[in-house]
Amino acid sequence: MLRDEDRIFTNLYGWYGADLEASRQRGIWDNTKALVALGRDEVVEQVKISGLRGRGGAGFPTGLKWSFMPKQSKDGRPSYLVINADESEPGTCKDREILRYDPHRLLEGALLSGVGMGASACYIYIRGEFYNEGSAVQVAIDEAYDAGLLGKNACGSGYDYDVYLHRGAGAYICGEETALLESLEGKKGQPRNKPPFPAMAGLYGCPTTVNNVETIAVVPEILRRGGEWFGALGRPKNCGTKLFCISGHVTQPCNVEEELGIPLKELIDRHAGGVRGGWDNLLGVIPGGSSVPVIPKDICDTVLMDFDSLRDVKTALGTAGVIVMDRSTDIVEAIVRLAHFYMHESCGQCTPCREGTGWMWRVLRRMGKGQATVEEIDTLYEVTKEIEGHTICALGDAAAWPVQGLIRHFRPELERRIQAYRREAQARAA
Amino acid sequence: MTTATSQAEVEQPASFAFTADNLKRAKEIIARYPEARQQSAVMPLLDLAQRQNGNWLPRAAMDHVAELLEMPRIRVYEVASFYTMYNKTPVAKHFVQVCRTTPCWLCGSDEITRAIKDATGAGVGETSGDFTVVEVECLGACVNAPMVQVNDDYYEDLDYDRTVALMDALKNGERPAIGSQTGRRGSEAASGPTTMLKARPRPETDGGTKKDKG
Repeated sequence: MLRDEDRIFTNLYGWYGADLEASRQRGIWDNTKALVALGRDEVVEQVKISGLRGRGGAGFPTGLKWSFMPKQSKDGRPSYLVINADESEPGTCKDREILRYDPHRLLEGALLSGVGMGASACYIYIRGEFYNEGSAVQVAIDEAYDAGLLGKNACGSGYDYDVYLHRGAGAYICGEETALLESLEGKKGQPRNKPPFPAMAGLYGCPTTVNNVETIAVVPEILRRGGEWFGALGRPKNCGTKLFCISGHVTQPCNVEEELGIPLKELIDRHAGGVRGGWDNLLGVIPGGSSVPVIPKDICDTVLMDFDSLRDVKTALGTAGVIVMDRSTDIVEAIVRLAHFYMHESCGQCTPCREGTGWMWRVLRRMGKGQATVEEIDTLYEVTKEIEGHTICALGDAAAWPVQGLIRHFRPELERRIQAYRREAQARAA
Repeated sequence: MTTATSQAEVEQPASFAFTADNLKRAKEIIARYPEARQQSAVMPLLDLAQRQNGNWLPRAAMDHVAELLEMPRIRVYEVASFYTMYNKTPVAKHFVQVCRTTPCWLCGSDEITRAIKDATGAGVGETSGDFTVVEVECLGACVNAPMVQVNDDYYEDLDYDRTVALMDALKNGERPAIGSQTGRRGSEAASGPTTMLKARPRPETDGGTKKDKG
C-alpha cells in the first residue's frame, strides 16, 4: 500500500480548507519561485524522469508531450496550457475532488507546467455541471492573484503567467482535446482533424498542450521531491500514484490514492470494503471508466491496475474509474446504459459514430430482451469494428469497446436470453 | 402537470437585455480572452443570460449575446442547441436532474426517479408545481451514487427515503445541505477513510461551501 508520506493528494476528502492559508500548510506554493527557476528544460527533464503518463485516459508520457511545444515563438504567437477539467467519463469522479478541495495544488501545477512548455497563459476548462467546484477554483485563482502567485512576475520569479477559468455547458465530447479547444473558442464542441496537432496549432491557432487535472496537479510534488521519487512508485513504465474511483457494487464506494500497479482485488478489498456479498459474488469490473471493456471475475482475480497490465488483458486503465458489478447485475442492461450514453454524447460529425452509436444501442437493447438471433451477435460485433478507428476522434472507439467487451466475455449470457425468448415464444404459439 | 414543451410552442419574450450588473460581469468575462477572440465568451454569457432569465434561455437572449459579441446569430443558436445545459424551454424553480448512467443505475437510480415522482408528482420529462424533472447522463459523482443535481447543487448518496425527504425539504422552501445526504464528508469510505489515519478529519461536515463566484 502507498505510504502516507508518499501521498500527493493530502486533502482528497476535504478535511482541510481549500483556501490559500490551509493550502500553504499542506506545502503548496512553498518556494515555488525556486521551482520556476529550474527553467523549462529541467522541468521537462524531471517530468520525463518521473515517468508520468497522462491521467486523463490515454496515458501518453507527459514530459514527451510537453517537449513537442515549440522552443520559441517564431511569429509572436503565444503558447497555451489548457487544463481539461471536463470530467465526464462515467465512473470517474477524481478531478472533482482536486477542483473543490485542492484547487491551489492545481494552480501551482498550472504555473510550473506552463514553465515546462513555455506557455504564457492557462485556461481551465471545467464541466458546467461542476458549478460549486468551479466557484472553488475561481476563489483560489483570485487568492493566488492577490498574493502575487499568478499574473505578472508570478511568485516573484520574473515569469508572467495568467490563469483563467472557463465553464462548459454539458457535453461529454468536450473532454476530447480538440473539441475542448473548439468549445473554448466559442463554437460547438466538435473534434478537429489532426494534424495539425494542438502543439502546433491549438487554441486560437497557437501552440497548445491540453492536460488532465490530475496530471497537472502532481507536477509540483514531482519537482519538489524529484522525478526519481515519483518514478520509484508503482511499476516500471507505470509510475507514480494514481487516484482511483471505486463505484458500483462495493460495500464502501470511495476515491483513493494508490500506487499504480496495485492488484485490483487488493484495491477493492482494502479500500472499498470488498465486493458486496464477498469476492466470489463478483461478476465483472469495468476498470477504467465507461469507455474500456468489462473484464470478468477470473481476470479480476489477478490483474494489476496499471496501463500495461490492463492493456495485456484487452482493456485499459483509462481514467481509473473502477465500476464494480456483482452477480445480481443485469450485465446487458449495464452496457445498454453505456451505449445510450455514447449515443447521447456523439457530436454527430462522423457518420459511423452518429449512426452507429444509436444502432448499437437499439440492437443491444433488443438483444437484452432476447429478441434477436444468435447470428446478430456477430453482426453487432462486426459493426463495432466498423465504428472503431473510423472516426475523427476516439468517441467512436469508446462507444465500440464496451460492446466488444460484453460480447467477448458474456456472449453465453446473450445467447441464453435469445434462446429463452425463443422457447417462450414457441410455448405461446403452441 | 405538463409534459416537456417543444421550442416552437414556447411563448418567447419580445426582448432581452442584461441588467447593468450583469453587463458589467459580461465585460469582465470577455476580458478573460485575447483581443478579437470575444466569441470565446459565448458560453459563459449564455449561462449568465439564462441565470438572469429564471433558468431558461429565450431566443431574444441569444440574439442579445450575439449582438454583444458581434457574432452571427446562427453561431449563437448553434452553441445554445449543442450544449445540454442551456434550457430552451422554461423550467420550474427546482430543476431536478437525475443521473441515469451505469454507476448510478447500479446503485439504484431507478428508485430515485420513482421517489421524485412520488414526492413531487413529476416524472421524467415532466413539470409539476415547482419541480421539473429530467434524466441526464453521468454527472461525475460516481462514488457517491446515486445522486441528483437540483439547479447548481449536487445531492449524493441517496436512496428512496432520503430522496423523498430532500424533495419535501425543497417543497418547504428549505435549502438542504448539499453533498452527501448520509453525512459523509466527501468521497472517503462511508465508515471512515482507509488512508491518512494519523491525520485528523475536521469535525464539521458542510458538504462543500457554496460560493457564488466566477
